[in-house]
Amino acid sequence: MRTTDTLSNELEPVAIENPVAGIDQTKGDFQYDVAYEFDAGTGLTEKTVDYISAVKKEAPWIREFRQNALKVFRAKPMPTHWATKDLENIDFDKIRYYLAQGQKPKRTWDEVPDDIKKTFERLGIPEQERKFLAGVEAQFDSEAAYSNIKDIVAKQGVIFVNSTEGLREHPELFRKFFGKVIPTGDNKFSALNSAVFSGGSFIYVPKGVKVAQPLQAYFRINAENFGQFERTLIIADEGSEVTYMEGCTAPKFSTSTLHSAVVELVALKGAKIQYITVQNWANNVFNLVTKRGVAHEEAEIKWIDCNIGSRLTMKYPGVVLKGRKARGEVISIALANDGQHQDTGAKMIHAADETTSNIVAKSISVGQGRSTYRGVVHIPKHLKGCKNNTECDALLINTNSRTDTYPAITVRGDRNYVQHEASVSKVNEEMIFYMQQRGLTEGQAMSLAVNGFVNDLARQFPMEYSVELKRLIDLEMEGSVG
Amino acid sequence: MSSLVIQDLHVTIGEKPIVKGLSLTINSGEVHAIMGPNGTGKSTLAKVIAGHPDYTVTGGDVLLDGESLLAKEADERARAGVFVAFQYPSEIPGVSIANFLRAAQQARMAEGEELDATAYYKRLYAKMDMLKIDRKFTSRSVNEGFSGGEKKRCEILQMAMLEPKFALMDETDSGLDIDALRIVADGVNTLRGPNLGVLMITHYQRLLNYIVPDFVHVMYDGRIVKSGDKTLALELEAKGYDWVKKELVTA
Repeated sequence: MRTTDTLSNELEPVAIENPVAGIDQTKGDFQYDVAYEFDAGTGLTEKTVDYISAVKKEAPWIREFRQNALKVFRAKPMPTHWATKDLENIDFDKIRYYLAQGQKPKRTWDEVPDDIKKTFERLGIPEQERKFLAGVEAQFDSEAAYSNIKDIVAKQGVIFVNSTEGLREHPELFRKFFGKVIPTGDNKFSALNSAVFSGGSFIYVPKGVKVAQPLQAYFRINAENFGQFERTLIIADEGSEVTYMEGCTAPKFSTSTLHSAVVELVALKGAKIQYITVQNWANNVFNLVTKRGVAHEEAEIKWIDCNIGSRLTMKYPGVVLKGRKARGEVISIALANDGQHQDTGAKMIHAADETTSNIVAKSISVGQGRSTYRGVVHIPKHLKGCKNNTECDALLINTNSRTDTYPAITVRGDRNYVQHEASVSKVNEEMIFYMQQRGLTEGQAMSLAVNGFVNDLARQFPMEYSVELKRLIDLEMEGSVG
Repeated sequence: MSSLVIQDLHVTIGEKPIVKGLSLTINSGEVHAIMGPNGTGKSTLAKVIAGHPDYTVTGGDVLLDGESLLAKEADERARAGVFVAFQYPSEIPGVSIANFLRAAQQARMAEGEELDATAYYKRLYAKMDMLKIDRKFTSRSVNEGFSGGEKKRCEILQMAMLEPKFALMDETDSGLDIDALRIVADGVNTLRGPNLGVLMITHYQRLLNYIVPDFVHVMYDGRIVKSGDKTLALELEAKGYDWVKKELVTA
């Protein structure tokens, strides 16, 4: 265990030269449509922000919100005093901050690298979707599926729209909480998102309504193209329940190297929100996401967060336990393969009596891959009857793997209960040999060991997600064995 | 009819020679026992044949049905029909026995071919019934928190499911109480037949009371120094390993 103070000295920025081949956008492999009026161009200025706001026909208060956020973004330093210096390699001037529908880069199916094609095949992704995911087609026709879900939940009074529509059509519902759970100035990347956000889901679940089927961002995002800077706000009114599933398990063939989302959840009295993410990013992506929820009295917020791929992921889903007997939970799985750094964890801020929180984090580091767990548990002195349980387990594969744990647990007063367990284990050679002796290849043996390691968590995922998670792990491990 | 032929095998671990010119032929349907004092290279033998990376073969060959195993990876040898029942089998946390065996079966199928799950479970349950193993057993993680007897049961079940051509029992009996010993013996006796060759590696004669071998070999200093039928085991029991050592010296 190390303290965060020493962190900045020991980081060796590993420049990864586009390991997934074919997605290096600096080489001008892509052609863009001529209709530049919906393209914000590269770089970020006041004009970019105005442009985005104008395209979205936003109310003046939102435009001001964005402009203010841009100032905050510029003023804030990179958090490299505690986080990796690799962040300095992000070139903000080379990023396109907004591409409207139909403006996606074009390429032909033949130009898509073979390993990506193979991955799609192995994951069983339908032909039509493959082309979309690979950036060959600008749109995937899932409107039908999406409006179907939307119609079903609309009957219960549930509002499920994108961020633009949410702010424009339902300001009375969303304005109150928008940017309140995660203020613009929370961190540099929440400020960036606040300036240029686009896409994402705005959901309102009325009092007492229990949404039977999980709402899926999968359809949403496909229907309007991937957002780099999506903004999600979910409000579960008193006594309501909702599950939201985000992401898609195919490698996101992103043309952008920066993804920075903000997700805010509000669970009012007695409400339950479950937010599930399974993401598999291309190896050149910086995935810097801020996720937080506020749980009011007797409310419950559960984050299930699974991160595979990316060059650097920094994500620490949090719950502010604001009301008495509120509950918060984070279940996190991170897999760092060669050239990847998964810097993930959880934050539990206890702000009322008898609140409970649970954090279970499992990380897998393969080859040169690196996993970092960062946790914050805060229980102030005046509270009583609060409980936290934190477990973080790391699995190392190959001697070069690296894992660090930075748990910051602040508990004051003597009327609260905290438990913390951490373990680091290695996939040992005897175990692999044993499995090989039963006929499994080394790669199959590795992936079985990894699947076993995350099994108790994966079981909490909805069926199709745990199946896909298994497939993803299989693919990752297969590639990691010479 | 299959054969496992070990020809003048020499093995080192690091620089140290362990096996020094061992030859042995096992055919389908035969049960061989290798006995010998500690430190004579008995246990090395099973691992070397299975392809454990710690050992280096410096001479000789191991042939399965005439084809050398030595250039093959451990998993290829396993799929070719070599099974080792380990003395200390590894734990695989979070992986149930049923899933493990399923993965092992799947690994034996051609690429693109999917294991029929229903047929697989039917077969698994039939084997478990045959070996008198409780159905709940296979939902436990492989060897995790198992007693000595449970570990052996798990090995025997895997052997029954994978139907190897040759099973190498690596000191399977060491440290077992009489009940656990019976599990192993009953299992092997049930699976024994014209399609299976067995090599039992053991320090003690007592296992051979339960599994009666066709051939008994005495290993000493990395070689087989004496071979015979089951009576050799009894003679060893009566006279002790010193008898073999003395005979060697006088020879």
